[in-house]
Amino acid sequence: MTAKGDQKNDLSVAVLGVHQRFPSRFSYDHIVFGTIAALTVAFLVGIFVFLLTIGAGVFRHVSWQEFFWSSNWNPTAFVTPAWGIGALFTSTLIVTGLTVAISFPLGFAIALYLSHIAPRSVRECLKPTIEMIASIPSVVLGLLGILFVAPLVARVFGLSNGLNALTAALMVAIAALPTIASICEDALGSVPRRYEEASFALGASHWQTIRRVMIPAARSGLLAALILGLGRIIGETMIVLMVAGNSRALPQGILDPVRPMTATIAIEIKEVVIGSVHWQGLFAIGLILFVVTFVINFIADLLIRRHRV
Amino acid sequence: MVHASRREYIPFIIFQAATIAGVAILFMTLMLLWREGHAVLSWDFVMRPWSHRDITSGGIAQAIIGSLFVGMGVTLFSFPVGVATAVYLTEYSRETLWKRVIQLAIQNLAGVPSVVYGLFGLVVFVNTLKFGTTLIAAILTLSVMTLPWVITASVEALTAVPPRFRHSSLALGATRWQTVWRVVLPSAFPGCITGGIVGIARALGETAPIIIVGATFYLSGFPTSPFQKFMALPYHVFILATQHSNSSAQSYAAATALVLILMTFCLTLGAIIVRYRLRLKKDW
Repeated sequence: MTAKGDQKNDLSVAVLGVHQRFPSRFSYDHIVFGTIAALTVAFLVGIFVFLLTIGAGVFRHVSWQEFFWSSNWNPTAFVTPAWGIGALFTSTLIVTGLTVAISFPLGFAIALYLSHIAPRSVRECLKPTIEMIASIPSVVLGLLGILFVAPLVARVFGLSNGLNALTAALMVAIAALPTIASICEDALGSVPRRYEEASFALGASHWQTIRRVMIPAARSGLLAALILGLGRIIGETMIVLMVAGNSRALPQGILDPVRPMTATIAIEIKEVVIGSVHWQGLFAIGLILFVVTFVINFIADLLIRRHRV
Repeated sequence: MVHASRREYIPFIIFQAATIAGVAILFMTLMLLWREGHAVLSWDFVMRPWSHRDITSGGIAQAIIGSLFVGMGVTLFSFPVGVATAVYLTEYSRETLWKRVIQLAIQNLAGVPSVVYGLFGLVVFVNTLKFGTTLIAAILTLSVMTLPWVITASVEALTAVPPRFRHSSLALGATRWQTVWRVVLPSAFPGCITGGIVGIARALGETAPIIIVGATFYLSGFPTSPFQKFMALPYHVFILATQHSNSSAQSYAAATALVLILMTFCLTLGAIIVRYRLRLKKDW
């Protein structure tokens, strides 16, 4: 394309104010940027394809029923290896459920305080502080769990060992807190100001306005925060690897040691033979994690889109 | 606004208490780490090379250098690619299905668990491309993981540049590339950098992919090329905390964690300050 044609095209659309709709499509820079942007799609598809092609191999040796329903995971057994992810999946569920129960109310309360209650100066100062929690590496939270929280939990509940699902959930809750708080805050902050003003004008008090107007108006965004937080919690690896207790038995309660799916991958992947059934099994677990988080993100995206409209 | 009755202050106090609890968590974390690790922490500990036999006689120099290399490598890969993708999305792409696909891919990449990135890196970089458990394999894996964060922040920075900047530039006869390079990117650059810094801070603290792709716990010298093995701070913390028999290993883990957290906090704080000053300076 000639420079002149380019200019004319862009100039006219600039005047019309619709330049996004008529870009110069076939210039070199367009092609270069487009190719780089396509990398993101390539990575996502690549991750999925690798997980699928390797992970699906496990089902040539193991039946679907055993893999998904059996709760006996013992791939290194000498005589009869067992391939059921039931216990691992239950572990993930328990830790995730507990973590959500702890971190969502707290994150929501923080978001509400920062977005609608705190004076401006307090907000300017506290918001970055809450954000700083996100930069605590998860391995550090795991270490704190081992050093301080596990002994505390053991003492409170009279256990011999404090490394269990509850301790893990407490630590993962800290890791998830800033994510949940910040998405909740986005949702609450994006409620149009006129809703608030209309409510005040009708004589509602501050709390009535928050409870009856702001929270209902932000409902789908808050739900999206819950779901995105869920995705983060399911994927958390280091904390559960260090403090969840690392037991492959089917957990019976929240004070049992557990071993979620992410931790299983991290523990076992270094010790398997490349291409073996065990290797494929771990990729199948990775595939499940990928699909679950994919679905979660998709739902959250739908909710956020509806929220914006 | 009608003033709240006394009864109505109760929920406000609860919300305030929750926020204070959140802030307290941050300070408790630092305090407890300090309590456990400050006795070990010294200039020697930071500067001296690691000694595997007797952990009390060595430092964590290799792990610090390894983490710095990882941070620099990730910046080198994910920052240019991330900003370029953001530029494509905001400046070039039309509102097509393809743009929507890219946006969805970015969102989903951001949600993929880090351990899954580890598996991806293990297959692609370590096994298929035959890099082995080297610095470059870890850097590339973490770069892919950091990419969505950098892109999201850059898109935000780029869309904040007012359209009239672009219109003026185009009206003066500049091509789209000239407009992007001379007008849009300079205005959006500090915002992009903020996103990049936050991404790198998280990549530095990320441990699961490094476990899978493979850092080493013991190294005699420093890595001199990206195709060598490396040590990293988060992996070091993990091994000291869980797999070392020495009774004082946990104090060493805490001290190492303090160094790591100092690095990520400085980066994050830097990003927050850049963003704050940007907001003050911005007159559009």
